[in-house]
Amino acid sequence: MLEIKNLNAGIEDKDILKGIDLKVNAGEVHAIMGPNGSGKSTLSSVIAGKEEYEVNGGDIIFEGESMLELDAEERAHKGVFLSFQYPVEIPGVSVTNFIKTAINETRKAKGLEDMPASDMLKMIREKSELLEIDRKFLSRSLNEGFSGGEKKRNEIFQMAMLEPKLAILDETDSGLDIDALRIVSNGVNKLRSKDNAVVVITHYQRLLEYIVPDFVHVLVDGKIVKSGGKELALELEEKGYDWVKAELTA
Amino acid sequence: MAYTEDDLEKELATKEYKYGFYTDIESETFPVGLNEDIVRAISKKKEEPEWMTEWRIEAFRYWQTLEEPEWANVHYEKPDFQNISYYSAPSKKPKYDSLDEVDPELLDTFKRLGISIDEQKKLAGVAVDVVMDSVSVTTTFKKTLAEKGIIFCSISEAIKEHPELVKKYIGTVVPKKDNFYAALNSAVFSDGSFCYIPKGVRCPMELSTYFRINQAGTGQFERTLVVADEGSYVSYLEGCTAPSRDENQLHAAVVELIALDDAEIKYSTVQNWYPGNDEGKGGVYNFVTKRGLCEKNAKISWTQVETGSAVTWKYPSCVLKGDNSIGEFYSIAVTNNFQQADTGTKMIHLGKNTKSTIISKGISAGQSQNSYRGLVQINSRAENARNFSQCDSLLMGNKCGAHTFPYIEAKNKSAKVEHEATTSKIGEDQIFYCNQRGIDTEKAIALIVNGFSKEVLNKLPMEFAVEAQKLLEISLEGSVG
Ligand SMILES: Nc1ncnc2c1ncn2[C@@H]1O[C@H](COP(=O)(O)OP(=O)(O)OP(=O)(O)O)[C@@H](O)[C@H]1O
Ligand SMILES: [Mg+2]
Repeated sequence: MLEIKNLNAGIEDKDILKGIDLKVNAGEVHAIMGPNGSGKSTLSSVIAGKEEYEVNGGDIIFEGESMLELDAEERAHKGVFLSFQYPVEIPGVSVTNFIKTAINETRKAKGLEDMPASDMLKMIREKSELLEIDRKFLSRSLNEGFSGGEKKRNEIFQMAMLEPKLAILDETDSGLDIDALRIVSNGVNKLRSKDNAVVVITHYQRLLEYIVPDFVHVLVDGKIVKSGGKELALELEEKGYDWVKAELTA
Repeated sequence: MAYTEDDLEKELATKEYKYGFYTDIESETFPVGLNEDIVRAISKKKEEPEWMTEWRIEAFRYWQTLEEPEWANVHYEKPDFQNISYYSAPSKKPKYDSLDEVDPELLDTFKRLGISIDEQKKLAGVAVDVVMDSVSVTTTFKKTLAEKGIIFCSISEAIKEHPELVKKYIGTVVPKKDNFYAALNSAVFSDGSFCYIPKGVRCPMELSTYFRINQAGTGQFERTLVVADEGSYVSYLEGCTAPSRDENQLHAAVVELIALDDAEIKYSTVQNWYPGNDEGKGGVYNFVTKRGLCEKNAKISWTQVETGSAVTWKYPSCVLKGDNSIGEFYSIAVTNNFQQADTGTKMIHLGKNTKSTIISKGISAGQSQNSYRGLVQINSRAENARNFSQCDSLLMGNKCGAHTFPYIEAKNKSAKVEHEATTSKIGEDQIFYCNQRGIDTEKAIALIVNGFSKEVLNKLPMEFAVEAQKLLEISLEGSVG
């Protein structure tokens, strides 16, 4: 589904990603871990097509085609979703209105009519129940005054509504309380299928107990320095990143 | 506030809006130029009584003594008043009993406006008095209104049928000598609407007038007079679209509102006149005098969405004469490309315990200039007057400007006047967030702008709000590189 080949990217003259290789197949869950500032969010932004970052080499292939020339919204239309580490506030735009616009714009790009209001209503009802979101919440301005946990839950609600092929969850677990973590993880698991894939970026093993990864990658200083199965996350939690770094220099 | 399924459904409702077309209806047009003969000819054409003709002539003579004013923050080529035709009426001007009799081209215009009368009829509670090229062509719902004693007709008809009402109220809020444009309008107004709500009557539907400018080179001088008698209520909608064209079109309307004791008038405007092309050529010049008078316990709310015109000069105002009366002003003004808008409001507090609220949202893009100019005046006898003003500006890009000029004159120590102002910019991160959800940049901006304007959009009647949102979107098209 997603294949990243020797990706180099950064801003102006600062390299942030220094040769990333990553292959994600449909049906898989990948976890990316790594110290602060190692480039995890940058990687997800570059995959999503944020123009601020310059790609200096390599390629991002999604379903057999390079995405480098595509605008961010075109990538979204193809089924790439990013749950933001820091969701942005849009004052005065309700969650409902925002998601409605997102869905209909995506449909428009595919040559489809707007989703009938009754279908939209039904879907909103279903997905908000799945994620145990109070419907009143949906009339509030997007992310404005939301608590940290509410913002993250709202990101996953949008994911549920948009049904992406590839979902990148950037530290969705940070800010969630214990119950919310379980609810949100359950939600993500219910949405998983053999046709979609999930990349979770996290600092904590705890999330991976709920969303069990097939692969774990360690990103250090813009490079994936180690990959393994789910047990790698446990090992990291125990030994810290110094262990990986030491192994590198050894 | 409880959020119901109904609210959710409303939020999900969408409606298409179309604009930018020109209807080719044969017109009978006066030669260009202005003198006493033309003024008399207009009055005669409209079969007006003597007193009306004299009233016009007096206004005209006064206007001749005036100089066109200079405005600090707007720059434009002054219109040549001798190069404008002051009267134009569709040549086919029958009164229709049914839609089948209406000029099909006109019907087509309605359809493209997205307000076909058929649809309007179904839209519960909207009666439409359509002003096309200065003459009312069709009126609906008249019967329902008549049953309640409500008068809703063209001003010409009112002058003929209800002279006592017109004579009593016209020029009482905006005197014919008020200002340059008001004097001009008083001399040459060709049509407009009149509305009277009797004592204690709540108007059961939104009264709606769609204005259009449609004839090359004809200025439009509408005159609107709304009188809400004691304890009555009316919501009045005014909306405009104009076809694109190359020369400047002058519009100098006068709107007078009178809310007698305990009455309430809601006056909403969506204005979409041709702003000129992206180099600033062409476009409508809009110099409007709008003012409302509140007697005891009365309330007047002005809500406006301004997206059009090359130059807009407009200050809907409230004179809070009666004790406990309330004035409100909610405004969204969008400027793009080379547009210039100088709008705002005046709240004149004369009575005791009078209250006013001003919410102004200015959105500037391109190289446009958007100025808010507000005056809150508290008279020495206005004990315990209150005002709250909030002016927010949203800037897109670095070439546009937003200016806020709040003037406060408080002559009574018990006055409480609050003013808040903010300026913000649309952030790259907000745009990327939208892009990531599949919303392209243009649409993202529309969404953010709608959110920014929400407090004002919410004040509009539902169907108008939807249209206004589309308008905001259209007027900001191409504002991002
Ligand atoms: N737009 C930018 N301008 C300047 N520096 C940037 C920019 N984006 C990223 N960086 C830098 O690139 C590095 C990687 O940042 P990134 O946000 O990708 O880290 P991260 O792995 O997600 O960290 P965390 O675990 O704290 O979220 C950091 O040093 C960061 O300061
Ligand atoms: Mg990060």
